[in-house]
Amino acid sequence: MGRQATRMDVNGKSYARVVDARLTLADFLRHEINLTGTHVGCEHGVCGACTVLVDGRTARSCLMFAVQANGCEVTTVEGLAPDGKLSVLQQAFIDNHGLQCGFCTPGMLMTLTELLRDKPEPSEPEVREALTGNLCRCTGYAGIVAAALDAARRLRDEAEKPGAA
Amino acid sequence: MKPAPFDYHAPRQLKEAAELLAKLPNAKILAGGQSLVPMMNFRYVIVDHLVDLNGLDELRGIMVGDNRLRIGAMTRQRDIETSSDIARHCPLMTEALRHVGHRQTRNRGTIGGSLAHADPAAELPAICAAYDAIIHVASVRGIRQVSFRDLGAGYMATTLAPDEMIAAIDLPIWRRGHGHGFQEFARRQGDFALTGAAALLDIGSDNVVRHATLTLFGVATSPVRVETAEARLIGEPLTSAAIRAAAAAARQIEPISDIHAGGEYRRHLAQVLSLRALNDAAQRAGVEA
Repeated sequence: MGRQATRMDVNGKSYARVVDARLTLADFLRHEINLTGTHVGCEHGVCGACTVLVDGRTARSCLMFAVQANGCEVTTVEGLAPDGKLSVLQQAFIDNHGLQCGFCTPGMLMTLTELLRDKPEPSEPEVREALTGNLCRCTGYAGIVAAALDAARRLRDEAEKPGAA
Repeated sequence: MKPAPFDYHAPRQLKEAAELLAKLPNAKILAGGQSLVPMMNFRYVIVDHLVDLNGLDELRGIMVGDNRLRIGAMTRQRDIETSSDIARHCPLMTEALRHVGHRQTRNRGTIGGSLAHADPAAELPAICAAYDAIIHVASVRGIRQVSFRDLGAGYMATTLAPDEMIAAIDLPIWRRGHGHGFQEFARRQGDFALTGAAALLDIGSDNVVRHATLTLFGVATSPVRVETAEARLIGEPLTSAAIRAAAAAARQIEPISDIHAGGEYRRHLAQVLSLRALNDAAQRAGVEA
């Protein structure tokens, strides 16, 4: 019952599979194409650990079916460091103690990647509001907020550097 | 935490979707999926067929008419939140949307889905109640219009037939310069409202209230218009005493009592939030009451 073809681009690479219609996008990423960076916490849209970008917008991948992503461009946490080089935001997480166990980190990174793209100079309340959809049980959020603000500063500095692309 | 198996249908046209809904047994409509899919993952909802409306471009978009806004049912909450047309003509909606879930859920969630889900604490049904929205309902029998007031049928239930879907929402455009206020109390940003209040005030140059609505949500099975408050305000000069009296009328509701908040606490919130919402609306309409 309910087998269906789906084809999507994930981190710039095309994948085509025939899957159960009930397979969530999160499980597709983890089990069909072995991108296990996307974490699955609550499976009902509360914790935010499974957040990915679908056509450039954050979405909870546990609340989408893989068949719905047919024709979409998906970016996962693996797509933030394509050549193994950490993104500015990822480095800022390390430098500011933005993670401890790391379970929530992929979702945090995707949420903040979208925020910093759309709002290069977020205030601290704006960062905190953006993070309301992602739960962390280790850090108390302080390190994550600091990392986001630090990354925003570094990205602005980079953009202002002469000769910057 | 995985949904039960189902057959998936992705129609491209409204007609096709209506025909699928008319013929498939135990079918459910998938809009943004931000409430339905959790319920499917929990297996509160088990369907044989899922009809996904995300491919229906004709149900997406915001149109500004002479005296009304039309919002396609599949328009994403995030797109309504960031729409300059909505901010200009219906700023109450823009403000309310900041309280709807989180950005990740607003990126997917739709206005039609929110109305069909009919959560008592949801913001978008409250806005539709505040504006006396007209809902366009589509099926193989064509399109019918129903006032938002007649869409609800108790706790998380609507009068929609199983083969019907919401196609669009019409909101009347209030006069430029009208005031709006939106207040919600929740334990955390993005949580379900324990109680919320939405106020609209149209005030004439003589400081007399021409039109007013006061809506509460999170207090009953569906949004509640505080008609006694509205009746007290309309036709009278807007003063701080009038606003206080109107807000006090919000206490007359019989609120629900649950694990999140007792009825008496919700009644208190209803009055306090109504007062703040009406004051915000008065100020935005240019009246220092």
